[in-house]
Amino acid sequence: MAYKNYILICAGTACESNKGIALYDALEKEIKAAGLESEVQLVKTGCFGFCSEGPIVKILPDESFYVRVKPEDAKEIISEHMVKGRKVERLLYKEIGAEKASEEIGFYHKQFRIVLRNCAVINPEIIDEYIARDGYAAIEKALFELTPDDVLQEIKDSGLRGRGGAGFPTGMKWGFTKGTDADQKYIVCNADEGDPGAYMDRSVLEGDPHSVLEAMSIAGYTVGANKGFIYIRAEYPLAIDRLNLAIKQAKEYGLLGDNILGTDFSFDIELRLGAGAFVCGEETALLASIEGNRGMPIPRPPFPAVKGLWGKPTVINNVETWANIPVILLKGSKWFSSIGTETSKGTKVFALTGKVNNIGLIEVPMGTTLREIIYEVGGGIASGKPFKAAQTGGPSGGCITPQFLDTPIDYESLQSIGSMMGSGGMIVMDEDDCIVDVTKFYLEFTVDESCGKCAPCRIGGRTCYNILDRFTKGQGKMEDLQQLKDISLAMRKASLCGLGQTASNPIMSTLKYFPEEYRAHIEDNTCPAGKCKDMITFTINDKCIGCTACARVCPVNCIEGKVKEAHVIDQAACIKCGQCFNTCKFDAIDRV
Amino acid sequence: MSKLTLDDLRKLRDDKKKSMSQRDSEGKRGEIIIGMGTCGIAAGAKVAFDAMLDEMEKVGVTDISIKQTGCMGLCFSEPTVEVSTSDMPHVVYGNVDEETARRIVRDHLVGKALVSDHIFDKPSIDIINPAGN
Amino acid sequence: MKLIELEINGIPVSVEAGTTILDAAKQVGVKIPTLCYHADLEPWAACGICVVKAEGSPKMLRACATTVAPGMKIITHDPEIVQVRRTVLELTLSTHPNDCLKCGRNGNCELQTLSEEFGIREIPYEHRVNEIPIDNTTGSIVLNPEKCIKCGRCAKVCQDMQNVWALEFIGRGDDTRIAPAADVTLEESPCIKCGQCSAHCPVGAIYENDQTQTVWNAIREGEKHCVVQIAPAVRVAIGEAFGMEPGEIMTGQLYAALRRIGFDAVFDTNFSADLTIIEEGNEFVKRFTGGGVMPQITSCCPSWTDYMEKYATDFIPNFSSAKSPQQMLGAMAKTYYAEQSKVEAEDMFVVSVMPCTAKKFEVSRCESMGASGFQDVDVSITTRELARMIKQAGIDFNRLPEEEADHLLGDYSGAGTIFGVTGGVMEAALRSAYFLITKEDLEDVNFMEVRGMEGVKSAEIDIKGTKVRVAVAHQMGNVEALLNEIRAARDAGEETPYHFIEVMACRGGCIGGGGQPHGATDEIRAKRTAGIYSDDEKSVQRCSHHNPMITKIYKEFLGEPLGHKAHELLHTDYQEREVYKK
Repeated sequence: MAYKNYILICAGTACESNKGIALYDALEKEIKAAGLESEVQLVKTGCFGFCSEGPIVKILPDESFYVRVKPEDAKEIISEHMVKGRKVERLLYKEIGAEKASEEIGFYHKQFRIVLRNCAVINPEIIDEYIARDGYAAIEKALFELTPDDVLQEIKDSGLRGRGGAGFPTGMKWGFTKGTDADQKYIVCNADEGDPGAYMDRSVLEGDPHSVLEAMSIAGYTVGANKGFIYIRAEYPLAIDRLNLAIKQAKEYGLLGDNILGTDFSFDIELRLGAGAFVCGEETALLASIEGNRGMPIPRPPFPAVKGLWGKPTVINNVETWANIPVILLKGSKWFSSIGTETSKGTKVFALTGKVNNIGLIEVPMGTTLREIIYEVGGGIASGKPFKAAQTGGPSGGCITPQFLDTPIDYESLQSIGSMMGSGGMIVMDEDDCIVDVTKFYLEFTVDESCGKCAPCRIGGRTCYNILDRFTKGQGKMEDLQQLKDISLAMRKASLCGLGQTASNPIMSTLKYFPEEYRAHIEDNTCPAGKCKDMITFTINDKCIGCTACARVCPVNCIEGKVKEAHVIDQAACIKCGQCFNTCKFDAIDRV
Repeated sequence: MSKLTLDDLRKLRDDKKKSMSQRDSEGKRGEIIIGMGTCGIAAGAKVAFDAMLDEMEKVGVTDISIKQTGCMGLCFSEPTVEVSTSDMPHVVYGNVDEETARRIVRDHLVGKALVSDHIFDKPSIDIINPAGN
Repeated sequence: MKLIELEINGIPVSVEAGTTILDAAKQVGVKIPTLCYHADLEPWAACGICVVKAEGSPKMLRACATTVAPGMKIITHDPEIVQVRRTVLELTLSTHPNDCLKCGRNGNCELQTLSEEFGIREIPYEHRVNEIPIDNTTGSIVLNPEKCIKCGRCAKVCQDMQNVWALEFIGRGDDTRIAPAADVTLEESPCIKCGQCSAHCPVGAIYENDQTQTVWNAIREGEKHCVVQIAPAVRVAIGEAFGMEPGEIMTGQLYAALRRIGFDAVFDTNFSADLTIIEEGNEFVKRFTGGGVMPQITSCCPSWTDYMEKYATDFIPNFSSAKSPQQMLGAMAKTYYAEQSKVEAEDMFVVSVMPCTAKKFEVSRCESMGASGFQDVDVSITTRELARMIKQAGIDFNRLPEEEADHLLGDYSGAGTIFGVTGGVMEAALRSAYFLITKEDLEDVNFMEVRGMEGVKSAEIDIKGTKVRVAVAHQMGNVEALLNEIRAARDAGEETPYHFIEVMACRGGCIGGGGQPHGATDEIRAKRTAGIYSDDEKSVQRCSHHNPMITKIYKEFLGEPLGHKAHELLHTDYQEREVYKK
């Protein structure tokens, strides 16, 4: 027999450290005292993510959300809420400034899943489930109730902007293709998601492939195309399988292919696999790859919307952009444009990773601040150390420092502080992350992925990487900083495509906001975060009591010493992994 | 399956909507939804899935259906399992390893008690079926 | 057509739609620097040197690839633009060997010119040159990847202009380099040695195999009787290496220079071009009237025969069996001339000066290249190599008196000289074919229909009632369509669309050859072409069969055209070759 009530108490690190354990014990005691053991189950849960309001207690099934609960409150919760059924008003979560308890909790409403609406709700391998969730109702509406011009106007009015990173107004792009006469037009989905640590598109394709198929068909109807390609990186085998299955099922139902739903509109979609080139996420290189050529960009204009695949007008959009289309058509451009900021409408999916508690995919309305994302949705910095910076936009983006935590996130605001939205990667860093090392990591990526066609990116990228590498090895010179700046300018202005043009963003951004860290690496020969191995040394000081704990965890056995005697680290063999430093409980290891 | 006309599609949608919202319509008390995106699979969702099926057979639970789905966004707590039955609150479990999967079957499905230590909150509201619809 | 109005550096410009910013700027005397750009190719837009600003945009545009838009306000030079260009050039130089003093393009290098224009005095960035071995496997063209600046011209020429696809970008990022696909050597690749890659390379990364030392050695050792022949296209381009206008006819000076260099006999390939016409013309008439394999296809271009032996082996029966003029002269030198001059063939060293890199390959192409019993042509050097030899020999080329060639194998008709341009072989052949078919001579020997820069020219020639359909193709990329046309007719059992086809691998014909002085554009090709036709018009004899030295050689030595001796010495055969040897 099920319990009448469930008391969920947050057992995350933050709440526990805030007398969470005492609270649990108090509640348990009160439940027993009231004789409700068989009616009320006390349950420990994972972190709710709302750490600033902890300790959290949630009551099911009525979903009451108590915040800042103290052990002393246990008695009242049990006697008032459990026994008499009366909620404890003062403990209920209220939005700041509200007087009454709010039904809406910021934590929930910070996330608003439009793109991810079906992920974790439907089985992506069963088309019927997608249909049940208003799937293929948008193409229905387009084909039977709207003209192509109507659809185009809706998309324009919605204010949707490309989610691949550039943020170009989607409606405008479709308009160019619609307005260009040609005997053949194409619709392309860019699923070559290449930013390190980004997997938003993968999740959509694995969890809700039909949303993309439906959206592409709608675009085909709007601009006059009947053929679509999904260019997907080969490293996403599950997404490829799900897409192939979805295409097959949609075709069986006549929702894709010839004469969709019995109309004279036909639309077919084919998959094309990438072969391991980040640069093929750049639209002209992507189209070259589909054509069977080497993935190298070509100058724009002309833009693919006018002259794209095989010289024909081509609409090419990112997976996340596509996923928004059916919802916009069903719920209306007015609804969509009511979400977000003045210039950036709708939501954005971020892959929130790094030093936060809640690592995962989040979808928040544009305009949400970085602080809300990191501290409320993300659950705060995992280590408890101060926030150092957040990197957005992957290797094309810049660092956002604490002074900008309250910036509402949209395309323009991020650019104005030297970063960019990008495809949605967001990596949070604390003081244990070395900014120079992070910058070097991004350059390593772009240098590896550069196609090599244009000189500024091909040569400049490598030269910058070599300079940063020398910084992390203590071989830098202050003159190198000017070289970095000169090359960065040339790369930004003279590179042929976005890869090269933005490759120097991490450099320029970190030079601006963390000049001291660079200076420390170059002039002081130290890495303040303790990350750059060549510049840190671990030595055992005289606090060592010979507990041998460090020696036991050393992966290369380079710590010598007898029990109860001071140990010594063999510097020549030390690989600077830091395990000893993390293990020592006596502060006996210095990291310099 | 044959090609749908507009009316076919609408009828299919309505039927399926009903069956998905009525937990009992197929004689099932509820359902378990397991996140089977690449992150879930990498974290061991298949093992949990198999364990759950096995345990359900062992203890004789036949009125709960198991479904697969995509990524919920709680990537740090994969494998995630959502349990929704008509007679208990709707919860999301995280870090479901083989052991926990079996506990969910025994404690939650049979014993009607939530499995402590593994509950996480659903991260956002449903825009298709906002709470209450 | 409506013109587009814009401003460049504040100067108003009106140009046709589709004009690039680069070209629009030229019209008002604004020179935007470029590096990878070449007028023969679609803009590749790689180097990043030609960047300019358009008012209202924070980005910089590539002038070579961006077409003008109404109302554009372009700035070509401001401190930031100059700084960016300079950094790009410095970065390019930082990955270049920069050993100009030892480089074949010293004084004639686009990177040098740019560095000089930009006033480069130091390269602040770390010097980094990937070590990659040189590829000299073809013996005609040398690929030196360390000097390559990845401008892409050679690959685009080989792919888009020539349709040979021997060169491609391989590797990625700063490991990018240009080499045959799958990184095989040039010899193992489809390369037809046309040298167009070397003619377009802005630096010293791909160039002709320099064999001047071989020639110097032969001359200096003094043991061999050194004979030289010069191709038609050389005389209108050699002057460019000495500051003369393209198209300036320097035949007489060439003969004089060659004698001063030390050659014992100075002949002219134009003579053997006439010889080729006699043989090939007779061959054609024989086939045409006797139901032989049609169409007959010219074979004097060794890149073309190599292409055919690799890519179009179904046309082997169609090829004329006549050797090229170079080879014919070599064979005649070591037999006829040897006889006449009482010099043993084995003591003779025959050098040819050609506008062509493939001729280096032709000298040992197959067995019949040694019809005299010895290799008929010992070495072939390009116009560029001869220019260097002239300079090394201390000859002030422009001030030389004009001399004559040694007549035996040196006198030529106008028909011989036009071998150097596209359509020339066809025209020369028609002039003699007319006589062979009608036994009469033409009033007007000019065949304007086969002249010009169009990729494929076709015409129906009326030889007193007999209709002969001809086609002329130049630039290898234009050939495939023509071959497919013939194949289609062949497969359908229809009559052949053409009876006689001339193919030259290089754009414009041999005057645009891969071994000619650098910098050829259509403008320069047109001037060289005009020079050739001028040489033709000034010739005493305009038809090969009127060349008295030709009459003499048949009477005294060869006997009949297509006769036994002619067949042995002046004809060759063809084989199938692999496109990729690996």
